[in-house]
Amino acid sequence: MVSLKSKLFCTCPTDYRGKPPNTNICPICTGLPGALPVLNVKAVEEGLKIAVALHAEPSSASYFFRKSYFYPDLPKNFQITQYDKAGGVPLAHDGYYTLKKGKTIRIERIHMEEDPGRIYYEGGRGESRFSLVDYNRSGIALVEIVTSPDFTEPGEAREFLELLQKNLDEIGINVSEYEGSVRCDANISYAGGERVEVKNISGATEVEKALRYESVRQRNMATRGVKIRRETRSWDERRRITISSRSKEVEAEYRYMPEEDLPPVSLNQAIIKNIALNMRGSFEDRYRICTKYGVGEEAAKRLAGDPALYTLFMSIVGASGMDASRVGNVLANEFAFVVKKHNNPSLSGDISSLETIIRAYISDGDRSRFISATYSWISGIPVRAEEYKPKVDIDALIDKTLEKEIKNIGNLEGKRRLDYLMGQILKVSSQLNRKELYIKLQKKLEELG
Amino acid sequence: MSSGIISKGARQLVDELQRGSLEASEVFETYRKRINEFTKLNAFITSLEYKPNARKEGSIYGLPLAIKDNISTEGIRTTCASLMLKDYMPPYDATAVAKLKAAGVSILGKTNMDEFGMGSSGENSAFGPTRNPWDIERVPGGSSSGSAVAVSARLSPAALGTDTGGSIRAPASFTGTVGFKPSYGYVSRYGLIAYANSLEQIGVIARTVDDVALIFGVIRGKDRFDSTSTDAKPLSNNESKLPSGGHFRGALLPQLSDLVSKDVREAFDSSVAKLDSQGIGFAEEKVEELELALKSYYVVACCEATTNLARYDGVRYGPVADPSRDWKSAISESRTMFGKEVKARIMLGSYMLSSGYYEEYYLKALYIRRNLKLRLLKLSESYDFIYTPTMPVLPWKIGEMIDDPLQVYLSDAFTVIANLTGAPAISIPIALKKGLPVGGQLQGRYGEDDRLLEMAATISGLLKFRGEPSI
Ligand SMILES: [Zn+2]
Repeated sequence: MVSLKSKLFCTCPTDYRGKPPNTNICPICTGLPGALPVLNVKAVEEGLKIAVALHAEPSSASYFFRKSYFYPDLPKNFQITQYDKAGGVPLAHDGYYTLKKGKTIRIERIHMEEDPGRIYYEGGRGESRFSLVDYNRSGIALVEIVTSPDFTEPGEAREFLELLQKNLDEIGINVSEYEGSVRCDANISYAGGERVEVKNISGATEVEKALRYESVRQRNMATRGVKIRRETRSWDERRRITISSRSKEVEAEYRYMPEEDLPPVSLNQAIIKNIALNMRGSFEDRYRICTKYGVGEEAAKRLAGDPALYTLFMSIVGASGMDASRVGNVLANEFAFVVKKHNNPSLSGDISSLETIIRAYISDGDRSRFISATYSWISGIPVRAEEYKPKVDIDALIDKTLEKEIKNIGNLEGKRRLDYLMGQILKVSSQLNRKELYIKLQKKLEELG
Repeated sequence: MSSGIISKGARQLVDELQRGSLEASEVFETYRKRINEFTKLNAFITSLEYKPNARKEGSIYGLPLAIKDNISTEGIRTTCASLMLKDYMPPYDATAVAKLKAAGVSILGKTNMDEFGMGSSGENSAFGPTRNPWDIERVPGGSSSGSAVAVSARLSPAALGTDTGGSIRAPASFTGTVGFKPSYGYVSRYGLIAYANSLEQIGVIARTVDDVALIFGVIRGKDRFDSTSTDAKPLSNNESKLPSGGHFRGALLPQLSDLVSKDVREAFDSSVAKLDSQGIGFAEEKVEELELALKSYYVVACCEATTNLARYDGVRYGPVADPSRDWKSAISESRTMFGKEVKARIMLGSYMLSSGYYEEYYLKALYIRRNLKLRLLKLSESYDFIYTPTMPVLPWKIGEMIDDPLQVYLSDAFTVIANLTGAPAISIPIALKKGLPVGGQLQGRYGEDDRLLEMAATISGLLKFRGEPSI
């Protein structure tokens, strides 16, 4: 996290980029004998900000563990991490994130750990006579966000990373400012094969490329009848291929154990709430962020002027792929209208329900349903998500389909023409009421003659 | 004159230095001369020339002290008695050392020890075994062997040691000195080169309880560089129970008595009888949880050691193996520099932390540790302290136990308890048997270090042990 001033367990600065090798170090981040880690409390706060933005549940306390493995860039030959395979407590867990088309990606856990140093091969890996190690980066705080296996195509992984990156910038984590601030490992399994982990991916565009390459590779293997084994591969950005990291994959033995030098950090609800509130900033900050999201001037003023409304705005755009300017306008106008009419109740309902209501309103424009749903929401009446599936404008859909299919229906008669058009429309929108569609379509065709 | 100086304890030296009747350089040179005279004891790995301390206003200005060689000292090599750190020069001072320097201390040198603190005899050093001044053929106890020998042989008025499973108290017992392990967290571990970080503490070895308290007063306290460090709490509401002349109660632990040799048993029993006659009450308490304490101690210690010692790979410091080979072989090659005992404990720890064995060993040990802690906490409601021999046997001959490491592990049975629970514990000399010192151990309540020191001073006063090795 480059938004922090210092590393995760020492006071060395985080702006290591461009500094001569091994000049941004101290006894702690080089693991000198006798040095002890001291937790940078600011890092926990920043981690919790991310947790809040991803709707994740912060744990009541946070523990650190030692993950042991030998590697020259790892000064202590163990990494201090919040992740414990034996079932430890991460910083936060069970969140979600929504992509533009409304698809939800589940967040399994969010945890922090320290970054290792960097191995440098003079003249490239093959040519170098030495492996040199630079510890300037060693000990920088990393936040790891682990999603569930919810992506069904490479483009979704790219979209997820792009949106996430944008949202993190907005809440002040500044991931786009420096190269290499966002890295990812992607797991992919094809048609029942074992999962393959692709490491060393530098960002959103690369993850899509790497996954496309890997899905083709695995598909080809499957076609040839070659069994896909569980392995770790790394993405070679230059050659645009994945390379197997180890010839034989054995279950890595990390010998996790508690890091007794760092007593558990208690994360009480008051601290977490405070972090959510602090994310609001000043009126100017809020206004700037709203306009940056494309919210119109008037609406941005209204959102920025009402911290509760602003928090709702940030929570909704922070974890959904919805058009932020439209969400902002809805909240500042129709939503604020309802709230005001009912004497400004506290806006403490659950965000995902409100998100559903707004999503439906944006897509079908049914204002009266939106107002009654908003009233339910602010009154604390549970909102049933299935009632707020966006309504589809059947007439518009029929017109659009006819326009597109006019050439194809020329030689079809009567019922065959009707059936064909039914089929085309249902392909686009399968959940439509078939009877209603049939009647409307029939009427329309009669009109056309 | 010089024999006058070495006969004075730390507190007395400080008084005279402050009054101006003694010069700091004079005191230092007297001890330095003795260190050079008694090199056969092999108490020091590095001895230093006099370097005046500018902090003349420091609370113990002019007091020279010896420091165990696993406590980092800026610009003074710190070896942990290992070939792995043979030439390691720390770029920073441990917090305890920084506090001593700020209080006006000059460092006499760095003392010999069991490699990385792993050993109970002082024999496992890459610089050769430390020798017991009471009988030069015998072990002085470990792992703070050099610190205890330095104090016992009057090569230093007092010394810092470290205690992971008895490493201060065992050598104090074997050399007729006072050794104190504070409550976990009461002295910063920053700069203490870790062996088993949830168990170990920096503490003091001195000639008297009073001298121990003087040095402890300087090094104690919360440190922002050690997140587990804490400030001593004020005495609890039990304070009124502390009488000036006795009348407190000690618990005896009968079920470990099988381990105790006849000589130690006699010395210990007679000390109990003597104290009893002076008004200190004793009662035996069966503590079932003790049966597995030693085993759980070794499991926890080895598991922590395997991660703490992983950093010695020759990449940043220490001997560099042939760099033209691939790094895996280079790292493996560097790690052959560890001594036999260290390798054994690293391997045991790696095994016990690996999947499939983690639950069977490590988690079980943590569970036993927690139960022992709770049981002794309960016991402390009825007793002011737990009284046991420090070591179950007299100092053995150097090399005698070399093929019987398990027997040596057993000698830690009484001392590991306080490391598992985090409570403060102190060993005081109680008698001589066959010309060798026997130590008694008092364990107090967690956080009540001052109270324990007061009780130990009272008991020392009642037992009136006197004796000095004739070297
Ligand atoms: Zn650092």
